Amino acid sequence: MSAMGRISPAAAPPGGYGGTAKALHWLVAALVLAGIAMGLTMVSLPGITPTKLRLFNWHKWIGVTVFALALLRLAWRLAHPAPPLPPSVPLWQRRAAALSHAALYVLLFALPLSGYFYSLAAGFPVVYLGLVPLPEFIGPDPALKQPLVVLHHVLAWTMIALLALHVGAALKHRWVDRDGVFERMLPRRGRPSAAEDARGRTREGMLR
Amino acid sequence: MNRRSLTALLFAAAPAAVCMPASAQAVDAARSAVSATFRQMGVPVEGRFARFAGRVVYDPARPADAQARVDVEVASFSLGDPQYDAEVRKPAWFDAARFPRASFAGAGMRPAGSGWQVPGTLTIKGRAVNVVVPLAVRREAGATVFEGSLPIRRLAFGIGEGEWKDTGLLADEVIVKFRLAVPEAEK
Repeated sequence: MSAMGRISPAAAPPGGYGGTAKALHWLVAALVLAGIAMGLTMVSLPGITPTKLRLFNWHKWIGVTVFALALLRLAWRLAHPAPPLPPSVPLWQRRAAALSHAALYVLLFALPLSGYFYSLAAGFPVVYLGLVPLPEFIGPDPALKQPLVVLHHVLAWTMIALLALHVGAALKHRWVDRDGVFERMLPRRGRPSAAEDARGRTREGMLR
Repeated sequence: MNRRSLTALLFAAAPAAVCMPASAQAVDAARSAVSATFRQMGVPVEGRFARFAGRVVYDPARPADAQARVDVEVASFSLGDPQYDAEVRKPAWFDAARFPRASFAGAGMRPAGSGWQVPGTLTIKGRAVNVVVPLAVRREAGATVFEGSLPIRRLAFGIGEGEWKDTGLLADEVIVKFRLAVPEAEK
């Protein structure tokens, strides 16, 4: 692996994720969890109350933000490929990881999109943060309302299932495999020195 | 109940405050519309009143003698969702059980900019507020059409009380839009 000119702190050092990738990962994770929590809560509230209306709006703002961040993450990942898994990880797990991560990326777009179009079909355009009206690609459409809400719920539960798998697998790497894979996504304490960068994978061993 | 008997019922119950002359013509509700648009956290939401009736006196040669009376059945307000519609009839909102009708009574059209203005009284939920309604007049096939929109303050009428008073959630300003088609009298 050649050191190609300046290594910026945001770019991925060999064998690990860069600061930007990690920040985006945890930011999106927090927003998705908050969005799911709000979504599950708001549909369980009876009647029409100010709290319910507020939750619906915040939930939509989170969805728009996740969509935008997902675009950013995708662009970043295409420019900065993820580090390869250590050779100790068996092939079927590599495939499962690739599949589930791809599915998560797809859901990061599809879930907010389905919600967005459901909102439009229900006659409620989205005004981001209560300030910025977002495009109304479709008008109120009673026929589309039902299929779209079903789609949004199905995708949400798929996301919940995939997240459970994702978190479960991450913890398996931490507590069972102890192969340093989990630690790759944790915030680094201080900046790596050039010598540490050159050691690459060995740094993973030092973190344990 | 068909529209004709509803109109008769509305005007039988109407107070005699504005006596419309016999020459007043009925608004054709089938070619007309009354709606209210409000904003919740920035999102515009429009609801339409399905049932309303009106009478208009209008001679293009004598606009100052124009008169109008419009009565709207508040229970006919619909946002397209049964849950929301039921909510809006409750006492904190329109209180449709106690105040089944909202009405506008106006007289005297005067020029304003490229259109007109009609001063009058808007009564909703038992509260009367003086307003000046901007409007435009058009001729359509066989009818005179009066169109306009009037911003009102919902809190002035007590619409959305208690926990709904927060204008950060639901803006105070509500835009009432109307289109009233008055067919030409049979000659």
